[in-house]
Amino acid sequence: MTASHASDPQPADTILAVNNIEVIYDHVILVLKGVSLSVPRGGITALLGANGAGKTTTLKAISNLLRAERGEVTKGNIVFEGEQVQALSPNELVRRGCIQVMEGRHCFGHLSIEDNLLTGAFTRRDGNAAIREDLDLVYQYFPRLKVRRQSQAGYTSGGEQQMTAIGRALMSRPKMILLDEPSMGLAPQLVEEIFEIVKKLNEEQGVSFLLAEQNTNIALRYAKYGYILESGRIVLDGEAQALRENEDVKEFYLGVGGEGRRSFKDVKHYKRRKRWLA
Amino acid sequence: MDFLHSILIKPFADMATAPDFLLQVLWEGTVSGTLYALIALGFVLIFKSSRIFNFAQGIMVVFAALTLVGLHENGVPALLAVPMTLAVMYVLAMSIERVVLRPLVNQPDIILFMATIGITLFLIGFGEIIFGGENKRMITEELMIPTGSFEFEPFGGFLLIEQKDVTAVVGAVILVLALLMFLNKSKMGRAIRALGDDHQAALSVGISLSTIWVLVWFIAGVVALVTGIAWGARAGVSFALEVIAYKALPVLMLGGLESVSGAIIGGLLIGILEKLFEIYWGQPLLGGNTETWFAYVFALFVLLFRPQGLFGEKIIERV
Ligand SMILES: Nc1ncnc2c1ncn2[C@@H]1O[C@H](COP(=O)(O)OP(=O)(O)OP(=O)(O)O)[C@@H](O)[C@H]1O
Ligand SMILES: [Mg+2]
Repeated sequence: MTASHASDPQPADTILAVNNIEVIYDHVILVLKGVSLSVPRGGITALLGANGAGKTTTLKAISNLLRAERGEVTKGNIVFEGEQVQALSPNELVRRGCIQVMEGRHCFGHLSIEDNLLTGAFTRRDGNAAIREDLDLVYQYFPRLKVRRQSQAGYTSGGEQQMTAIGRALMSRPKMILLDEPSMGLAPQLVEEIFEIVKKLNEEQGVSFLLAEQNTNIALRYAKYGYILESGRIVLDGEAQALRENEDVKEFYLGVGGEGRRSFKDVKHYKRRKRWLA
Repeated sequence: MDFLHSILIKPFADMATAPDFLLQVLWEGTVSGTLYALIALGFVLIFKSSRIFNFAQGIMVVFAALTLVGLHENGVPALLAVPMTLAVMYVLAMSIERVVLRPLVNQPDIILFMATIGITLFLIGFGEIIFGGENKRMITEELMIPTGSFEFEPFGGFLLIEQKDVTAVVGAVILVLALLMFLNKSKMGRAIRALGDDHQAALSVGISLSTIWVLVWFIAGVVALVTGIAWGARAGVSFALEVIAYKALPVLMLGGLESVSGAIIGGLLIGILEKLFEIYWGQPLLGGNTETWFAYVFALFVLLFRPQGLFGEKIIERV
């Protein structure tokens, strides 16, 4: 299995390929049941799905943070820039340009905003001058962080913390950012602001994004391609535009179904699965 | 009445009538206090970055001191023996990370704590094989530590300050300041603080646990060496030195396991208070020898009123 995938020629413009992975927590809890996806170089790809679908698990499998939670990729493989990532530590992966911004921000609460940002440069070897330059760059993208750079991160607002978390990842000079639910707990206007910056970073810095979101609406406006994950399986994928117009997506994820708004929970699971797989 | 008088009034009257002696007591307390603070700082750094309570800190003091003295006995010049001992402490830190910490990384904290008890027992056994069990003299003069004393006559009285104690305090203060600078200004120091705040996030930005762990255990080794020299110069080098680390435990109860400033202030406070208590209350009222337990009772007493410790780090609650 592994061998056949490893010999698959990766299209040259694919930065990340996840091939049919299975993830088990604590040796018994099977959470991902064969997930495949790919992210083109310079693309923004969305990974959508409800609570517990397995979005975070997928991202952590890629960034190799699963091990710290007693999770394990038991089948399939993950290829970043032509290299299998399973054997790498998170540290080595960050050094190669793949970094995760965790769900819930996870800023270092007792550190100042600026120190938070600087921790992102841990793996870099290119000297202080280059790091300072990038710090200025981060402040250009997030002017608000510059104003608050001496504040303890634990006492800043949710939006500022999300910006700090993204800025911190940028400090590692990433080729690819795995961004987990940036919209979580933020006011709509702020969510828009964050996504605008993601778009700018993508266009100006060439950073590729894999974006896990529950907020399907906004994610599909900024992403070029999307995958929909449900109970550990990809049930639908396609161009963002096509997904936005897909009746099922409209009904279950965008909340604009045929008979007006309908709660996702009301619909029996098997029925949705069947229709998507059909 | 007599009893109350002897507790509440007489000690203070004694202090007032012999202020020179009070100064002497305060100085002695300060000397041990700085060393407690230093040791406590070694504990705090390891705990902050790995959630491990390092039971082996005490034996590391003995091990470092014995290595230094042992090297010198075998003909290594004293001033060369110091960097060589530091190198040994570095190898020790690396071995502990590789052999003990890394394989146990996802185990519960209590398992890691027990592993440090294992390290302690190993170092005792290993140390005895190499260095033998007998008491040794610290190579104080050879290290060019002055052994004379200063004499003062404050308030028309008498105050004796040993130069090696001054050296110990100055050395400890320099080391503490250097550690503070390191924690606050350097990349590695920042990473240690980050790891203390959020383990997962630290991993996610690529902070390498192995690197940091070797580093904090090495710092604990440096702290151990400095403490070993200072304490060994007063009391000789033997496995009994280990107890100085248990003096640091109440410091941690007071200062909090994660607070750098707590370790420093708590160390000084306990050093000074235990001396004052011993001299003015312990010896006249309890027959002395209160220094072995005073710090613990004091720490418990403080925790009754301030469960977070004197300077427990504020937990920032915010989502
Ligand atoms: N450390 C863990 N141990 C055991 N089970 C876990 C662990 N982490 C997640 N799970 C389980 O795996 C499933 C997928 O969780 P995951 O966090 O990946 O979902 P998600 O799509 O990110 O959800 P959300 O939108 O709520 O963040 C859930 O059923 C969850 O209970
Ligand atoms: Mg999630």
